[in-house]
This record gives sequence, C-alpha cells and structure tokens, in this order.
Amino acid sequence: MTVADLLSILPQTVLEGLLLGFVYAMVALGYTMVYGVLGLINFAHSEVFMIGAVIGLEVFRFWGNPDAPVISNPFLLLFVALVFAAVGSGTMAVLVERFAYRPLRKRGSKNILVPMITAIGVSFLLQDLTRIYAALRHNEFNMQYRTFDALNTTLMLPLQTTIQVKGIIIILVSVLMLIGLTYLVNRTKLGKAIRAVSQDMQTAALMGINPDVIISRTFLIGGSLGGVAGVLFGLLYTNVTPYSGVLPGLKAFTSAVLGGIGNIPGAMVGGLVLGQLETLSGTYLPFLTNGNFGTEYKDVFAFLTLVLLLLFRPQGLFGQNVSEKV
Amino acid sequence: MKKLAILALGALALGVASAQSNVIKIASVSPLSGPQSALGTAISQGTQMAIEDAQARFQQLGFQLQFAPQDDQATPDVGVAVARRIVNDADLLGIVGHLNSGVAIAASEVYKDTNLAMVSPANTNPRVTDRGLLNVNRICGRDDVQGPVGAEYAVKVLKRNRLFVIHDKTPYGQGLAEAFAARAKELGANVVALVGTEEASNFQPLILQMRAQRPDLVYYGGIYDKGGVLVKQMRERGITASFMGGDGLDASDLVKIAGSASKGVLFTTTAGPISTLPKAAAFAQRYKAKFGKDPEAYAVYAFDAANVLLNAIEASIKANGGKKPTREQVSRAVREVKLDGLTGRIEFDSKGDRKLSDYYVVSMKEAKYPGEVLRVIQFAPPAARQ
Amino acid sequence: MSALHRFALPLSIGLTALSAIGVLLSLLGQPVASGGLLNALLILGVASVMGLRLPTGWRSGLLAVLALALTVLLRTNTDDKVAFYLLLAVLIASFLLPNLTRLVRVALGAAILLIAVPIAGLSNSFLFELGIQIGIFAALALGLNVVVGQAGLLDLGFAAFFAIGAYTWGIFGSPQAAQFIGGFPAQGLSGNYLFLFMALAIITAAITGVLIGLPALRLRGDYLAIVTLGLGEVVRVFANNLDKPVNITNGPQGITPVNRPDVGILADFLRAIGAERIYGRPIDDAIAYSFFFYLLVLVVIGIVILVNVRLANSRFGRAWVAIREDEIAAKAMGIPLLPTKLIAFATGAAFSGIMGAVFAAKQTFVSPESFTLQASINILAFVILGGMGSIGGAVVGAAAVTVLNLGILKDFSDLLNTWRQTGVNILGYNMANLPPQLNPAKYERLVFGLILILMMIFRPEGLIPEQRHRAEMQEARQEAQEGGSK
Repeated sequence: MTVADLLSILPQTVLEGLLLGFVYAMVALGYTMVYGVLGLINFAHSEVFMIGAVIGLEVFRFWGNPDAPVISNPFLLLFVALVFAAVGSGTMAVLVERFAYRPLRKRGSKNILVPMITAIGVSFLLQDLTRIYAALRHNEFNMQYRTFDALNTTLMLPLQTTIQVKGIIIILVSVLMLIGLTYLVNRTKLGKAIRAVSQDMQTAALMGINPDVIISRTFLIGGSLGGVAGVLFGLLYTNVTPYSGVLPGLKAFTSAVLGGIGNIPGAMVGGLVLGQLETLSGTYLPFLTNGNFGTEYKDVFAFLTLVLLLLFRPQGLFGQNVSEKV
Repeated sequence: MKKLAILALGALALGVASAQSNVIKIASVSPLSGPQSALGTAISQGTQMAIEDAQARFQQLGFQLQFAPQDDQATPDVGVAVARRIVNDADLLGIVGHLNSGVAIAASEVYKDTNLAMVSPANTNPRVTDRGLLNVNRICGRDDVQGPVGAEYAVKVLKRNRLFVIHDKTPYGQGLAEAFAARAKELGANVVALVGTEEASNFQPLILQMRAQRPDLVYYGGIYDKGGVLVKQMRERGITASFMGGDGLDASDLVKIAGSASKGVLFTTTAGPISTLPKAAAFAQRYKAKFGKDPEAYAVYAFDAANVLLNAIEASIKANGGKKPTREQVSRAVREVKLDGLTGRIEFDSKGDRKLSDYYVVSMKEAKYPGEVLRVIQFAPPAARQ
Repeated sequence: MSALHRFALPLSIGLTALSAIGVLLSLLGQPVASGGLLNALLILGVASVMGLRLPTGWRSGLLAVLALALTVLLRTNTDDKVAFYLLLAVLIASFLLPNLTRLVRVALGAAILLIAVPIAGLSNSFLFELGIQIGIFAALALGLNVVVGQAGLLDLGFAAFFAIGAYTWGIFGSPQAAQFIGGFPAQGLSGNYLFLFMALAIITAAITGVLIGLPALRLRGDYLAIVTLGLGEVVRVFANNLDKPVNITNGPQGITPVNRPDVGILADFLRAIGAERIYGRPIDDAIAYSFFFYLLVLVVIGIVILVNVRLANSRFGRAWVAIREDEIAAKAMGIPLLPTKLIAFATGAAFSGIMGAVFAAKQTFVSPESFTLQASINILAFVILGGMGSIGGAVVGAAAVTVLNLGILKDFSDLLNTWRQTGVNILGYNMANLPPQLNPAKYERLVFGLILILMMIFRPEGLIPEQRHRAEMQEARQEAQEGGSK
C-alpha cells in the first residue's frame, strides 16, 4: 500500500461522497424547512423519505415489470417514479402534519418536546405500516430496485474515475431540484409567505397570511424533496427496507444542523459537506490508523467534526446569529 | 363513566385466556418487529411448521400442542423480560430461539433456572454452549468451526491470497469473520483488511478501499440482507474479487437482493441444500405454499430445532407413563435425541453442540437459489473448554 | 357525571367489597366467576377509588382493602398479571393522590413494596423482573427528568450514561479486565465489589456527563439535541469497537459473565421466613437473586428520589427551573449558566450510571445493543409521558411504558395468538384465517407508536403533570379557546 495507491482512489472517493451528499442535502431540506416554520425537529421525515423510496420502487415494479413493461424506457420510468414519489411523500408529510402536529398546535402547547414525541410515534407507526404493506403485498422485507443496464452503464472519467449513468442522473436531478427550491423560496409569493411565517408566525398572520396553509405547503415541499431523495437513494444503493430511512434521516438532520438549521442554502451545503466527511473518513481512516480505527468510526468522525464546528460557530455554517429577543 | 366502561371491557378481554392442564406449549423467541424481523420471522415460521405437523401426533398422546411465538426485539433487556415472562407458564416445555447470541446468552441464564430446554437455530457464538448448561443446545454450527472451514477452502482450494474480510459488527458476523481471518493467516494468506461496519446500504467506503487494496477474495461475516447489497454494489463498481461468506448468506433472498451479482457467491453452511435431501425439498414446497416464500436457512434450522424438542417431549412422555414430563426430563431427553433432520444427522454432545456436523461449501454457479455443493467437510466441535 | 360524584362513596365501597368477596371466594376454591370478571371488578374498584372524589379516611381504607385483596389474589392465582398492574396502580395512587395523610402513604407504600410485591414475585418471578426493570427505567427517567424536565436541556443521547455505568462494573466485575490489565484476577473482582463500583459508576458517569456537557452545553436548544444524540452514539460506537487495538469492551460480543454479589444471607432469610411455601420449591439462587436485585433497585431508587427531591427544592433546583423558563432572565439574575447546566447534566448522568452498574450485575451480561439511540428515545418517552419535570411523573411514565411493553402488549399478542390457533370468531371473522404476516406479536411497536401519538394529542402535559406545567397548559388552552372564538 503506497501513497500513490491511496491518492489514486481520491477522485473516486470525492465523487462517491458527492452522490451521497446530494441525497443528504435533499433530505436535510425537509428538516430545515419544517424547523424554519415550526421550530420542530420532524423525526417522521426520515419515514417520509423511506416511503418515497418505496413508492418509486413500486412504480418500477408495476410499470417496469420486465415481462410486460408498460413503460419500457428506463429514463421515462425513472421520471414517472420521481413524480409519484414526490406527490406521494409530499401528501404523506401533509397528512402527518394535519393529523399529528396541527392538533397540538391548536391546543397552544408551547412545549417543543411534545410534538417531537408525537413525531417519534409517527415514525414507529409509519415504519410498521410500511412493513405490513410490504409483507402483505409482496411477502418481503428487503425490497429491491430493479436495475437497468441503461442506468448502470459505467462511464470512464479522467483520473481513473468512473461514474454510472444513474450517478449522473442523481447529480442532475438534485441540482435541478435545489435550484428550483431556491427559486421558489426567494422569488415566488409562496416562498415569501414561507419566509414570513418562519420569521414570525403571528405577524405573518396579521399580514393576511394563513399560517396553517403555509405550514401545510412547507410540509408538502419538504416531503416531495424527501420523496425524490428516497428514489435517488434507492437507485444508488438498490435495497430498501421499512427501516431504511432512520440512518440517512439522522445524517440529513446532522447536515441541516451543520449548515445552520432553518437555513436553506445551509442545508444544501451541510449535506454536501457531510457526504464528503463520511465517505472520506470511511475510506481513509483504516489506512491512516493502521487498521486500528477503521471504517466503523466514520460516523463518530462526522459527529465529532460537527461538535467541533459548533463550538466555534454555534449557529452552524450558515446560520445567522440571531440575538435573543428579550 | 366512559373511562370505567373502557377499562372494564379491557379487563374482560385480558381475562379470557385461561389455562388448561393437558396443553403443551413450545415457544419461538426471536425478533418479530424491527429491522431484524425478517430473520426472526423465519425462525418463528419454521417452528410453527414443525408444531403443526406434530399436533395430530400429540392429540393421540392426549395432549394439545400449542405454539407461542414471542418477540424479543433483538435486545437483551426485552429478551430477558420475555424469558422471565414465559418460564412461568407451566405448560411451556421448550424454546426455539434466539436469533442474536447476545440475547440468547442473557435469556438462557433465565431458562437455566427451571432447566427449560432451549434449542437454538441461529446462535453460532461459541460461548452459547461453552458455558456447559444442561438446557442449552444448538442446531447451527459454531463460528470457530465454520470460519476455519471457509478459510481452508478459500486458501487451499481456491488459492486466494489477498483476503479482504468484512463483518457486520454483530456477535455472529464478527465471530465468524475473525475465525476466518485467523485461520487464513495461519495458512499463510495475506489478510489485507479485517473491518466491521454497521452500515446497511452504503458500502462505498469499503469498495473504495478494495480498489486500493485489490483483494482476490472478499469474505463477509454477516447476514444475506447486507451481504447481498454489498456484493451487488461491488459488482456494479467493477470489483471482481470472489465473494464468500458463512451460513448467513444461505437464503433465497440473497438472489433476490443481489440479482445477477449473486452468481459465483460462495458460502459455507450446515444446512444441506435441498437438492441433496429430498425431505428438504418437500419441506421447502410446503413452506412456500403456507407462507408464500422460500424458506431461509433459519427456517430450516428452526424446523429442526422444534423437531428436536418435539422428539424429546414425546420420548419423555413415554418414559413418564403418558404423563406430562417435567422440564428437566425434557432437557435431558434433548441430549438423547437421535434424529435425521433437514440438516442431516442430529445428535448432541455433552455441551449441546452437534456431535458431527457436515459443513457444505456451496457455490451459486448461476444467480439461482439453492446453489451447488462444491465440497462436504465433516467437522466435530472443539471439546469443552473447562 | 355529577350523579357519579354524588354516589361516589357508596359506589366505591360497593365495588371494593364485591371485589374483596370475589377474591375470598376464589381463595376458598370457589371461583364464582371467571378470572376475567373478577379482574374487571377489581379494575372498576381501583378506578373508582382513584378517580372519584372520596373522603380521606374512606379512600385510605378502601385502598388498603384493595391492596390486601390483590395480594391474596396474586398469591393464589400466580399468573394474574392484571392484578399485579392494579397493585402498581394502588401503589402509585397511595403516593400521588392528593388528600392522603403521610402516615397512610408510608404505611401503604411500604406494605405494597416490601410485602405484597415480594409475595407476588415469589409466586411468579416475572413479576420480580417487571418490578426490577420498572425500577431501573424509573431511575433513568429520573435522571433524564433532571436534565430535560427540570433544566429544560434536550438530551437525545442519555443511554450513554447508562452504558458508562454498566461498563464500569461490567469490565471489572468479569473476566474482561484481565484481558487488558496484566495481573488482574482472571475472573474479575468478586461480586461483592459491586457496591463499591456502584459508587464508582456514579463518578464515572458524572465525569462523562461533564465531558459531554462541556462542549454541548454551550449550544442552545436543538443544537444541543443533535450534539447529545451524536455524542451518545459516539459512546455506543466506542463500546462496540474498542475490542481492538486493546480489548477493553469486547466489542459486539459483549461481556459475560458479570459477577453478582453473594446472596447466601438473603437466601437464608427467605428460608427462615418460610418463603418456600410461596415459591413452591426450595429456595434457590435464582429466586434469591431476583429478590436481591428487587431490593437493591428499590434502595437505589429510594436514594435517587430523595436526592432528586432535595435538589429540586434547593438553590440548584430553582436555578434549573429559572434557566428552563428563561435563560436570559436567569443569567441576568446572576445564575452562572454553564456550571448550573453542568450540574444538571452530571446529576442526571449519575442517576443512570448507578443503575447501569446494577443492570450489568443483574443481566450478568453487558453489550452495546442495550444502549442504542432507541434506548435513549424510550427514556425520553418515559419522561414526557409521565409529565416533564415532575418526579412522580418520571416514575409513573417509566412504570406505565414498561408495563405496557413487557406486560400488556405481550399479553395482548398472546391472546390474539391463542385466538388464531383455536379459530375464535370475532365479528364473523375467523381468526384462524388471519394471514401469517399479520401475526399480532409483530406489531407491538406500532401500537406503542400509536399510544405515543394519542397521548400527546389528548394529554400533552403527561400523566402526572408538574404543578407549574399544569397551570401553563390550562392557560394555553384558554388562550387557544379565546383565539378560536374570535
């Protein structure tokens, strides 16, 4: 094992980190937007993400059934899967807000922990409901994304680096979604309303904005992004289970905090940074520590970096240092 | 008032279950909820098959045989609580379980108190039986036997020299991978990495390491659900090294998960492939008809484990003059059982390990389950270390 | 409802008397009704005595009668778990109902904890296990309650401190220490050192609390949540991986056997009082250990509650509440923020550290699987369900969730399973046709999730709300109503 060997895989490592980072970024947006308007850590978002992956998988399975394909073009099929997952996950997020969080808000509870426990309950519920669905419908627990040669074709890049067609799609879709979201938040009326509600819900209400509607839309947007991310995640790593959302969800939440929770560009950058941190440390730690502290410490490394960063920038990378209102 | 009414209804519901004296129960204890439920369910269903087969036989003996599936949620605290809960049921005469060695070791300390026989379908950790408890037995092999069997084959037969060893950070996977690596080193092979990961979906960091290390064989100590994803991602990223594992890979779902990447996968197992045992083929057919999916190795092991218990209970009923035996009688009878199961000849030594196990090295020549047996190695477990 | 209150006294007396008669009859071997009916009667009796407005004297008396009836029932009908849950309800009632005299509280509490539960536990050792686990979880809940409930610091990695305590004894009270300390006794320290290590566990856990707190507590609210979550995972990952380069924790294999103290004296005591007759066979180590750990947990929980009550009413307790309510105002009043928060963290950690050591000895096995994020979330659920900031709430929350998870949900699964096997018809649906995928044993977590949601929607202040919170919630509700009527 020479230094040259180690350096030879560096470009590929960065590329893999980038793919992972885009998935994290899209999920992180869901956390950060909900946090922005409600100040709530929506733990159930990881399940919304997972359900997106499952919906995409079902589209692949039914309209892309190899024996009798309704849609035989894999790119079109993927597009349909993305649309369905976005709509499905968005709807799911709205339903969760409507039935689990809104009743709490109407009661006027100021305790932020109460909706968080509800979120955990919703998480358990959605996991097991998905499990029942998968068991009854397919008698399965591990669900597989169908692979298409057209999506898996490997392309050679410079520096001994390779990328698959699906990798390119992941980058393209994510970048498009992130640009779209930035436009939506900064340039449209809805975006303005969302920003207004996240700054001050009561004042926004006085200005003629219906906070309930805006909150609902925020869940819709965040959920849709999560659903799209779910499909991309499934495409990338191929295996989905009812519990697949938990770990990526946790990482995405970490990304959101890393970027400064509540801050939209922050979540994007946070996701990309975490993707790199995780992949780089997972790949290189064993070499650097002579195998004593290996890949199993990649999450520790990511968390400790987060802690260090927060010590020096308590508001995260992009968060604004809001002075306390007294 | 409404609250009181609801409470009263609840009480009625809870009170309905009442004990009958000629009932004999066998419990399966395995994770039925949570991420490991797929494996735990196989254990519960394999047990259920064996019990339903035997119900008519027990009816003739004058006993009603019942099945009590339990959920240990794959955690030791719940496992112990479940154990305490069920040992108080006097009708319960045997346990098939657990999935996780960590849970089994803790829970069997509870079964031990009443000598309640436990036959494990899945706990390969040496310490499960090395404690020398009368009531603890296992159908599956031991990590410290299975790992070396794999290493011998990889190094001596396949002549592989750069081995990349991965495990899933469970007691099972780690024990297996470390035993494999240790034996491979003794045989002079170069173990380029021995690494654990709890990751279930993203194996890219490990694959990147493989790119740098260029192994000619990757050994995976763990279960098919992660192993299948790992080999699939490896092949997608152009890693062509052979892929080998233990009986955790022995499942039809491996093919479902890994697809064409399952072609060429090697694993060691003590469950003879269905092609070699007609009985196993019949079992597989019935299992599929009942549960709608192919049996996994754990279902086969559990079926055998339950049959061992049923056999022992029948024998002790007879020895007891047709009366219900005590738990200790059953535990002793388990050690006397001689049975041709789906996984071959079952006889236990004084620790509860199988006297002689056949270890099969199986290769997935095509992306189709079951694979083809390459070699059968008979192996006795190491003698008790006291 | 008013009619119910008018007849509260006769109703409760009647129900209690009926239950007592039922128990007596079943004791004489003449079960007049099936177990279900008797249990229903008892539930109604306990519910009426707890829920209706009764004079102090009557309530005390009826609680005592019920406790006695339940104990007798548990002695004869060893598998009647409902009776045990009711006994716990009576215990909680005797501590938490407002208008009982202190003497009654202490007498009833002591009688139930020291006589009734041991009798039940000797007849059915699962009930001891349940009692022990409730105690362990209650200590964890009390620890987290100091941090989250009293000081308002959201900690999502609390299981880490439990792990530290468990490993403190687990490593040194087992063959593990000899793996990396040359010359250490091969079997580890004898079990009697447990008591010393319980004290050490307090210290190690508290130090870990300070170490985690120093960076984490500089952050606010949700940043604190993610950092504690992360650091909690860091502790678990280290426990899971420190089997190399030096084998300190034995990694995922876990550490076993962990030594337990000698309980010969306790076994002799049980023999001397003739406990064999309740136990049904000669006193052995198994039951002696169950009894020992029950007593140990009881003592520890007693100390923890005492310390907690003292602290809550001390300078620190008031400072914590001040920080929780308004950090800036607290700072302006001269409360040093970081040290005060650190003390909360260390106190909470210490409570769970000591129970960690007990847990290791009780399980005789320590492995990282017990200290996952899931465990941390469960502890948080105890605190929130019980009622944040309230000491009684933390205990009740832990008891309720533990009974639910280990008792009621499992009973329910078993019941459905029996129905499935015997083909019972429910609303015209033959249970035997239930698809195997819907095996009820598989859905315990789903039910738990549902209960969490419903509980938060219908009783967000928890089962036993802290006084201050109760007032706030009512205020908020009024505000919301006024807002809605506009």
